[in-house]
Amino acid sequence: MCLAVPGQIIETREEAGIPMATISFDGIRKDICLAYLPDLGVGDYAIVHVGFAISKIDEASALETLEMFRELGVLDDELALDEASDP
Amino acid sequence: MKYLDEFNDPELAGALFDDIARMTTKPWSIMEVCGGQTHSIIRNGIDQLLPDAIELIHGPGCPVCVTPLGMIDKALEIASRPGVIFCSFGDMLRVPGSAQDLFQVRSEGGDVRVVYSPLDAVQLAVENPDREVVFFAIGFETTAPANAMAVHVAEQRGLTNFSALVSHVLVPPAIEAIVSSPHNRVDGFLAAGHVCSVMGTWQYGPLVEAFGVPVVVTGFEPLDVLEGIRRVVRQLEAGTAQLENAYERVVTDEGNIEAQDMLAEVFEVCDRRWRGVGEIPRSGWRLAERYCGFDAEVRFGVSDIDTPESASCRSGDVLQGLIKPHECPAFGTECTPRHPLGATMVSSEGACAAYYHYRRLDLPVEAARTSDVSR
Amino acid sequence: MPEADLSGWTCPLPLRDYDRIVIGHGGGGQLSSELVEHLFVPAFNGTDDVELHDAATFDVAAGRLAFSTDSYVVQPLFFPGGCIGDLAVNGTVNDVAMTGARPTTLSAGFILEEGLELGVLGRVVEAMAAAARAADVRIVTGDTKVVNAGQADGMYVNTAGIGVVPEGIDIRPSCARPGDAIILSGPIGAHGIAVMSSREGLEFGTDLESDSAPLHGLVAAMLDAFADVHVLRDATRGGVTASLCEISNTAHLGVEYEETSVPVPAAVAAACSFLGLDAMGIANEGRLVAMVPPEGVDQVMDAMHGHPQGRDACVIGRVVEEHPGLVVARTALGASRVVDLPLGEQLPRIC
Repeated sequence: MCLAVPGQIIETREEAGIPMATISFDGIRKDICLAYLPDLGVGDYAIVHVGFAISKIDEASALETLEMFRELGVLDDELALDEASDP
Repeated sequence: MKYLDEFNDPELAGALFDDIARMTTKPWSIMEVCGGQTHSIIRNGIDQLLPDAIELIHGPGCPVCVTPLGMIDKALEIASRPGVIFCSFGDMLRVPGSAQDLFQVRSEGGDVRVVYSPLDAVQLAVENPDREVVFFAIGFETTAPANAMAVHVAEQRGLTNFSALVSHVLVPPAIEAIVSSPHNRVDGFLAAGHVCSVMGTWQYGPLVEAFGVPVVVTGFEPLDVLEGIRRVVRQLEAGTAQLENAYERVVTDEGNIEAQDMLAEVFEVCDRRWRGVGEIPRSGWRLAERYCGFDAEVRFGVSDIDTPESASCRSGDVLQGLIKPHECPAFGTECTPRHPLGATMVSSEGACAAYYHYRRLDLPVEAARTSDVSR
Repeated sequence: MPEADLSGWTCPLPLRDYDRIVIGHGGGGQLSSELVEHLFVPAFNGTDDVELHDAATFDVAAGRLAFSTDSYVVQPLFFPGGCIGDLAVNGTVNDVAMTGARPTTLSAGFILEEGLELGVLGRVVEAMAAAARAADVRIVTGDTKVVNAGQADGMYVNTAGIGVVPEGIDIRPSCARPGDAIILSGPIGAHGIAVMSSREGLEFGTDLESDSAPLHGLVAAMLDAFADVHVLRDATRGGVTASLCEISNTAHLGVEYEETSVPVPAAVAAACSFLGLDAMGIANEGRLVAMVPPEGVDQVMDAMHGHPQGRDACVIGRVVEEHPGLVVARTALGASRVVDLPLGEQLPRIC
């Protein structure tokens, strides 16, 4: 139920009254329905599932999460050094 | 791909494995209730690289797996009717019913088509006014908004040749059923990130309160899955039980309100039978009164098809983590991916099928980093 | 579908007034003859004089013959980067080439659906002719049948091909040996994704094109550099996964490879992501897998890198004695998993 992937909106329009968008996944372009994210526009990233954008991706949050992982790596290295030096 | 590749970084994964190994002092059982997460775990070998003390139990998170046998038989019956164009997501085509699957119906002349989006099925109805177009509307809450929109659009356009065979299932009642069972072995849950992107996280608060189990909303890439596991382990080691969101870049507390509004309009809650598990009260969605004219079960008169599940099948026990796939007497003999008995062998996401495909050997493991991740 | 460019017709006489195939075109009478004389022969033989006969006769060099046949039923008929026509030529050329033989001669059989536009047939035949010229093979005999409207999805094509295996060359799956390096000739998945992008119900925009190409030139370069190549396989239906599983099974040896070594173009990876497919199982039409003993790897790789079809060749794994018949992949995280042949065609999934 969960195969949903991030893509970038490159065009928005309306078709038969339904908000639609062209989304690019690394160059692959697909028409998807934007009805559930009406405030999104060109340049925004969204999670797409079965032809529908269901959630916006928050860039700041993504960067924060990655930074947290990197800090964890540094912390792990420091702890490993501590453990190695304690007999 | 942006927002995917960064969350696949093997070095950062190594850091997460190390941290999990460092903090784990006791055995814990953690369940994910999402086929996508199960796939990610098995495909990347995450369960192999976790400390032995951590057991991952693959819950009933695959809508293909849990679609009851009777519903498949209804689909097969409808698809074999002349004049019908039966549309389905690709996953469902190989799911066997009592006697055959949709592929076989196609080979016998049924017009069965794979669609990527439910709106493609609506479009087929528009383009083929003299045919009956039926869409197999399965899925958890992630897929339901798309399916709801298809029915809504069909109504708006006054289509009389479109209907949906609805078999939606809901995650929170499944978690509740598992955690409230007297046999429950699960200590903590990974909640399905994309389900939560639609529904929000608020539904899980009451479960955490009532049952005292940590629930962490988790994503799908290796780093996301590891972070979800890490947070559950951290809570379990600390003796806390809280709801956490480890997929904040996509999931908000309130979820997608527009989608929830459409769901409330098109669907209503109902009891639902889950293949191999049995009936879980109020765990499904069916079409609301206003849209019942689009119900394929009624239109094609298949409501009374009611197929009992196999007696030897122990899918339910596997899904609840009570037994491992290879502990089922039918595993690999009477029940194989080619001739599956129950939910967990039906789809390659199912625990039994995954076990069958990926566990035929004990292979040496080489960790992403050189730290001591005990095997 | 774009308008057929009929400026390539070599014969000035019109094919009657029909702009579509009718049952009569398969009947063996005048309509059939016209198709042969004014379409097939000029396309496949240029201006050479040809005596039309029940069978083609020609000399071959003495030696072992390699002989292969394949039928082509791709939908849609035209897709980014190619059509059923060049697939039909390159596919059989490549099957023959995987024995080390130099393909020389092809047959072409057509099953046409009543109602098929002649322009479409013309474009396919021109594409076959162009592919044959590029591969330096001759199409010397053929057949045409016409079936009722509703059958044959427009057209089906069968080609069969022969080539002579050079003296001293013995390339087949059971020649694989533990320790052989597994070489992949280039990035994977472009053909299958390009075809899928034009398929009804899935359509998506992409700059990806089919990688359909003849591989016998690449094979010749590899064998010139090092004659003792053990196995060659073109990674068509079922992708690299199918090739590795089938070889492993036939040779009764194990295969191990690193997922991170397999080159996947970003667009293929993206398409696989949103459809839920595995790039390793996607069909290619211009890629080969080779198994080469360690002492020959450097020469073979150099030869491949110097050839247009092998510029991005890379080593992805090795043949092993352990776990005979099973293919094991090492994931990016360092875990290992058994890779199986899928039951059938990969389907887009939601789960």
